[in-house]
Amino acid sequence: MARIVHSTKACSTNPLKHSAPLGGALAFMGLDGCMPLLHGSQGCTAFALVLMVRHYRESIPLQTTAMNEITTVLGGLDNLEQALVNIRERAHPRVIGILTTGLTETRGEDFAGDLRIIRQRRPELADTALVLVSTPDFAGGLQEGWGKAVTAMIEQLVDTRPHHGERDPGQVAVLAPSHFTPGDVEELRDIIAAFGLRSIMLPDLSTSLDGHVPERWIGATLGGTSLDDIRALGRSALTITVGEHMRWAAEALKRKTGVPYHLFDRLTGLQASDALIATLARLSGRPAPDHLRRQRSRLVDAMLDGHFAFGGRRVAVAAEPDHLLALCSWLTEMGAEVACAVTTVHLSMLAGVPTDEVLVGDLGDLEERAEGCDLLVTHAHGRQAAGRLGIPLYRVGFPIFDRLGAALQVSIGYRGTRQSIFDVANLLMDSDERLHHHGNGAIRHDDAALATH
Amino acid sequence: MLKHKVAELFNEPACPTNRAKSDTERKKGCAVRSLVPGAAAGGCAFDGAMIALQPITDAAHLVHGPIACAGNGWDNRHAASSGPLLYRFGFTTDLVDLDVIHGAEKKLFKAIREIIERHAPPAVFVYQTCVPGLMGDDIETVCRHAAERFATPVIPVNAPGFVGGKNLGNRLGGEALIDHVIGTVEPDDAGPCDINILGDYNLAGELWQVKPLFERLGIRVRACITGDARYAEVASAHRARANMMVCSQALITLARRMEERWGIPYFEGSFYGISDTSEALRAMAGLLARRGAPTDLVEPEAPTDLPERTEALIATEEARAWERLAPFRERLRGRRVLLYTGGVKSWSVVSALQEVGMVVIGTSVRKSTEADKERVKSLMGEDAPMFDAIPPREMYRMLKDGEADIMLSGGRTQFIALKAHVPWLDINQERQHAYAGYDGMVELVRRIDLELSSPIWAAIRRPPPWGE
Repeated sequence: MARIVHSTKACSTNPLKHSAPLGGALAFMGLDGCMPLLHGSQGCTAFALVLMVRHYRESIPLQTTAMNEITTVLGGLDNLEQALVNIRERAHPRVIGILTTGLTETRGEDFAGDLRIIRQRRPELADTALVLVSTPDFAGGLQEGWGKAVTAMIEQLVDTRPHHGERDPGQVAVLAPSHFTPGDVEELRDIIAAFGLRSIMLPDLSTSLDGHVPERWIGATLGGTSLDDIRALGRSALTITVGEHMRWAAEALKRKTGVPYHLFDRLTGLQASDALIATLARLSGRPAPDHLRRQRSRLVDAMLDGHFAFGGRRVAVAAEPDHLLALCSWLTEMGAEVACAVTTVHLSMLAGVPTDEVLVGDLGDLEERAEGCDLLVTHAHGRQAAGRLGIPLYRVGFPIFDRLGAALQVSIGYRGTRQSIFDVANLLMDSDERLHHHGNGAIRHDDAALATH
Repeated sequence: MLKHKVAELFNEPACPTNRAKSDTERKKGCAVRSLVPGAAAGGCAFDGAMIALQPITDAAHLVHGPIACAGNGWDNRHAASSGPLLYRFGFTTDLVDLDVIHGAEKKLFKAIREIIERHAPPAVFVYQTCVPGLMGDDIETVCRHAAERFATPVIPVNAPGFVGGKNLGNRLGGEALIDHVIGTVEPDDAGPCDINILGDYNLAGELWQVKPLFERLGIRVRACITGDARYAEVASAHRARANMMVCSQALITLARRMEERWGIPYFEGSFYGISDTSEALRAMAGLLARRGAPTDLVEPEAPTDLPERTEALIATEEARAWERLAPFRERLRGRRVLLYTGGVKSWSVVSALQEVGMVVIGTSVRKSTEADKERVKSLMGEDAPMFDAIPPREMYRMLKDGEADIMLSGGRTQFIALKAHVPWLDINQERQHAYAGYDGMVELVRRIDLELSSPIWAAIRRPPPWGE
């Protein structure tokens, strides 16, 4: 049981956390023909957009209601209306995801009421689905914004029973968590398909932000879950989801359609992957197919080969709560020791992280506590700390703006776990190599150069 | 008070765009057009202020706001430093629900104290954002108290995002310097050939491509406001003898005020392009000479006067640059460029591209002044194709239809070109390579050549052999 403690600093130094509206917008990137809209100042959108562009290396459809000082004080109805009409005219999306921000939430408006008025005033918006999510910047981070957005999609778009029709025993609803890359989403779909089951992924970044070249110019998202598929979620035999931040969304779907859910705390690691396969085997009534058995065998082999590199290592990890749990658990399962764990918000599930103490803090805290560690595990902003500490950085989560291929990095299931073992072991072996070659005096300098490049 | 300041900035008498406007137009302020809900692009005033001031590399930059403002935006530009790295730290008060309810002035004060105790910076810049702005947090008072208490300059930068766009934020950043920083330190080494450069952020290290040119003339860059800057340099910038204003109108009010207050003359120039670099050196030498820069003091070995020495340097450097560009002429002749940038860059690189035989099929003049547009015409003819904003769909069509062989633009339009399978080069703020001065222009042409001649273009345009 980990103790959960809070940083007592007034000044967050080198933030780990990103904003909830950014997380919400990211979730909407996984809906087909969608344009997310931040109801705030244009800067709220610009910062989020630039960061997503740097990570995914794709055009990011994201708009703003461009609130200014006066409209903020007088109320944002007109700006919201204008934005919706302009977006519909220019980008023709099928869905517009509206995310509030700190700016509009501080004044506190009746956004749902505003939308009703706009619907009445603007019949041309009738063909556009509008999903409203409350995501004040001052509550939670990316993970929370994502969870709220997916919950809102379900509450506002899924057909209620009995309109959704017959239950389909071969259909699985998957509510993808915020820390799943497009590659992870695709991997999970393939694993489910291997049991003859059809899945509806919500959101589905694997067809929108996987990095592909469409045949024509599309102003909204390039792919993702279709509206029809979202409406049909209620026909699923089971909902599969991962991480506590997705519980509300799974509950919402259950409440609305009666679909039961299975919430995995993670899908990285041998046992965690086994649990997924067992669930799918039970649901489909089919045994695990040969290629998955082979993959499991390869993972076991990777653990055998790789555990030498992990044993006795002290690792410092910083990530959002559910991602933190997944990372720390499999690192511990490989024989490493989580010497320092930092996260963004206080949640009771953090007690399950296999370490003594989880600190709600920032990358400044991580750097301070990682003294003497062998490896830093966090997003790309950790590169400065890794450089100063002279230890390697394993980049995970969002954003990763200084490496290619972040979107297709896979870390779930047998295959993804195996790849994660290889990646981390290679980093550690590389830094050992340096140590042997240069002797103690040169380590720091050389590794600092490595980590910053 | 902020409203006053903004109105005053919109009324800038030295700004030619502004002078050309009618009274009512002027009152509406700058760049209102870009703030259309649902069709807006670009950063906010806070973003702009941070861009203008963050390259003071030894100072701490503290963002007073919820996590969106700093969490989503720190460590996002390539403004290079030759020494201190404190500016790359992301400091924020990370306001949460309770702070919004109770007010966060105490938290801000405590945050300032933590930074000073931990890092002992020469100064702390505190950036106001929308949420505490709405809450009524008085950052000016907090900063004043903190500065007294901790004997360290603490500078309030009052540019919350909702007052306007990035350009206004640049200006408000400049205001913070004039109100609180410049003139607060007396240098003990003021010289007759000291200058300031205003509005260069040393992106990708571009300042380092032009600083040596000045140094060879015996001209010392006292402060770059702000690029690779130190707080003390900026604070003593009032002892420079001349100012050069780079990057359009962003810091024009600062330049004018420095002239009014300390009699420092300024001119507007650019380091993009060969002739522009020469023009800038010439103008600077002229200004300094008029202010009586002594010749022997500057360079005892070369008893010529500054303008003469400048001409000699220009002749040598231009010849060297053209010589290095010559090999590209054969390779690049007739290749068509779409230039999608703005401001001075809408024309400043045109002549260099033309010189190597490239055809500029169009240039965007979104953020350009009337004078910029005149320059375009003088280079490309009266019927020069000048674009305003090109909608993404139309830009994709132009590129897909093969109207250009390469597009030079910023990150925002990068993927329009790439997804249309058209070569592309970043010449805006996220660029990784430095394109300033003589060397920079040669580098730009070299990069264009590399991009155009990459083997991937032929490979990816070929359809797969297994058909549709």
